[in-house]
Amino acid sequence: MKLAALPRGLMGLLRRSEATTSPDLAAAALRSDRFRLEREADWRRLEAIITAMEKGRIGKLSDADLLALPTLYRTAASSLASLRETSLDAATLAYLEHLVSRAWFQVYGPRLGLFGWLRSFLRGGWSAAVRALGPDILITLAVMVAGALVGWLLVTSDVDWFYRLVPGGPGEVRVPGASREELAATLGTEAGIGGLSTFAAYLFSNNAGVCILAFALGFAFGIPSLLLMVHNMALLGALLWLFDGQGLVVELAAWLSVHGTTELFGILLSGASGLHIGRAMAFPGDMSVLDAAGAAGRRSALVMVGVVFMMIIAALLEAFPRQLVAGTAERFAIGGAMLAFWLAYFFLYRPRGETDADAAP
Amino acid sequence: MTASALPRAEQRRRVITTPEGLALPLVIASRGARAGALILDVMIILFALITFHIVLIAVAGGLLDTAGSSISNAPTGAAEFLQILLIIGVFLSWYGYFLVQELGPRGATLGKRILGIRIAARGQARLTPEAVIARNLLRDIEVFYPLVFLVVSAVSALAGEDTGPMIWAAVGWFALFLLLPFFNRDGLRAGDIIAGTWVVEAPRVRLAEALSTTQAARGTSATSGARYTFGPAELGIYGIRELQVLERLLRDGQEQALVTVHQTICTKIGWEPGAGDERAFLEAFYAALRAKLEKDMRFGKRKADKFS
Repeated sequence: MKLAALPRGLMGLLRRSEATTSPDLAAAALRSDRFRLEREADWRRLEAIITAMEKGRIGKLSDADLLALPTLYRTAASSLASLRETSLDAATLAYLEHLVSRAWFQVYGPRLGLFGWLRSFLRGGWSAAVRALGPDILITLAVMVAGALVGWLLVTSDVDWFYRLVPGGPGEVRVPGASREELAATLGTEAGIGGLSTFAAYLFSNNAGVCILAFALGFAFGIPSLLLMVHNMALLGALLWLFDGQGLVVELAAWLSVHGTTELFGILLSGASGLHIGRAMAFPGDMSVLDAAGAAGRRSALVMVGVVFMMIIAALLEAFPRQLVAGTAERFAIGGAMLAFWLAYFFLYRPRGETDADAAP
Repeated sequence: MTASALPRAEQRRRVITTPEGLALPLVIASRGARAGALILDVMIILFALITFHIVLIAVAGGLLDTAGSSISNAPTGAAEFLQILLIIGVFLSWYGYFLVQELGPRGATLGKRILGIRIAARGQARLTPEAVIARNLLRDIEVFYPLVFLVVSAVSALAGEDTGPMIWAAVGWFALFLLLPFFNRDGLRAGDIIAGTWVVEAPRVRLAEALSTTQAARGTSATSGARYTFGPAELGIYGIRELQVLERLLRDGQEQALVTVHQTICTKIGWEPGAGDERAFLEAFYAALRAKLEKDMRFGKRKADKFS
C-alpha cells in the first residue's frame, strides 16, 4: 500500500492535482460541474478498463466490464460532445479528449494479436494477398526472365562481363575456363550435415535481407526493385552460360531447383510487392497518392511476411537436401514438388469464407 | 514555452473524426521525439543482444573459441547450435522487437512509450497488422542502410579513396529517404506513407478536481468569511481565454502568481485589492465568470477573449 502510494504522490507533485474524492453534487456551484460529477464515475471506470487493456491484462477484466466497454466509450464520447458546448473547464475537456482517444484506440484498435493474425494469414490471407498482386507478379516474372537472358547474352558477347556480374573470391572455381570436373565438383554433396545448419541460418538471414530490400525499394515507383531483379537474374544467366559451356546446364538447373524454386519464387514475390507499391504511387487512380500507397503497402506487406517464411524454407532446402541429395532426377523432384506446392497454395487454395476482399481492406 | 514553440506545437494539431462523428484532437509527434524513440529502441536491442552474447560466452565460452564462421571449418554439435541461436536471435530481435510491441494494445515500442508517443492509422481507419508490418519493413532502407552507407563513404572519402560521382548520387538518394519526414506536414517517413500510419502523441492526462465545489466558489471565503459577489459589468471584462488562464493558475496553485493576478483583476474591475484572501477571491471570481460565460454559451454566444 505504501509502495503504491509513493509514486502516486510523486505524480501528484509533477502533474496537476488529481481528484480523488467526488464531492456531492449539491456542492458544485456550476451546472457544467454538476454534469461532470454525475458522469465522473463512468469515466473513471472506462479509464480503468482502458488502462488494463493497454497493459495487456484484458483477461483479468470481468465480463461485466468488457460488456460495458462500448457503452462506456459512447457515454464518454457523448459527454465530451456536450461538454464542449456547455463547459469551459479546460482541464476536464482535455482529460475527456484524451480518455476518448485512448478508448478509441482500444475499441477500434488491432482486432487480432500476432498469433491470431498469423493463423488467419496462413489460412487464406496470404494466398489472397498473392493473388491480388497478379499483374505485378507477371511483370516481375517477365523482367526476371529478361534479366537472366541479358546476363547470358552479355557474357556471350564479352567474357569480361562474367567477372562484373558474378562476385568471386580468390578461391572461386566457378570462372570462365574452368574444367568440367571442377564445375561438376561444385554441384556435389557434402559428406555429412556438419556445419550445414549454420550455413542455413546464415543463408536465411542474408536472403531475407535481400527480399526486404527489394520490397522496400519499391517505394521509388518500383524501378529500383526491378533493377535489383535484373541484377540478380543476370548473375544467374551468367552462371547458366558458364555451366552450359561444359554441358552441365541440366545438372546446374537441378542443383539450383532444389531451393531455387522456393527462393526465386520468394524473390519474385518481393519484387512484385515492391512494384505493386511503386505502381500504386505512380498511378493512384481515383485515390490520393497517400491512400493508394497505403492500400498497396498493406496488401504487399502481407506478401512480404510470407516471403520471409519462404526464405526460411529455401534456406533449409539449400543447406540440407541440396547438399545431401546427389541425383539430378531427385533434385528436380524436390524442386518441382516445392514449385507445385507453392503454385497450388497461392492460386488453388481458397478456403471457404475467405475472399480476395480481405487482401484489400 | 517560448513564443516560437507555440505556433509550431499548434501546427502539429490534427483532428480525426471517430465513427460516432466526434471530432478528436490529435497531436503529431515531433520529429525529435521520434528520433529519440528510435535511438532508445536501437540501444535497447543492442544492449539486450550484447548481454545475450556475454551470457552465452560466459556459459559456453570454450565451445565458441574453436568455432569458425566459414563453411570449411564450420563448428559442430553444441557450438553450431549456439551459432544458429545467435543468427536467428539477431534476426528475430531486429524485426520482432518492433512488430510485437507495435501490434500490442499500446501501439508503441518501449522507446516510444518512454517518450509518450504511439503509432495510429491515419484518418479514421483501424490499425491493422499489415500496416504495422509494412512500416517496420521499410525502416531498414530508410534509416539504417543510409546511415551505414553515409558513414562508410565518409570514412573512405577521408581515407583519400577515389569515391567518384556515383557515391554522391547514392548519398543524395539515401538522404532523400532519411530526410523524408522533413518534407511533409505530418512528419511521415516512407514506412508511414506505405502503411497509412502516423505517429501521434499519447500523453496521460489525469482528471483534475472540479473547481466549483469549494465554499469560495459559491461566493463566501472560508478563511475570512467575506462574501464576494460580482455584477455583470465586472464579469463582462474577460472572455474564455482569460478564464482558462485563471483556471490553470488555480490548478497550479502558485501563491506568488495568485497574488499578482488578484491585484490585476481587482484593479481592472475597480476593487480595492486586499491581501491574505487571494485564493478565495479568485475562486469566487472564476466560478462567477465561468457561470456567466457558460450561460452565454448555452444561448449561443461565445466570448473568445477580452477583446471580443
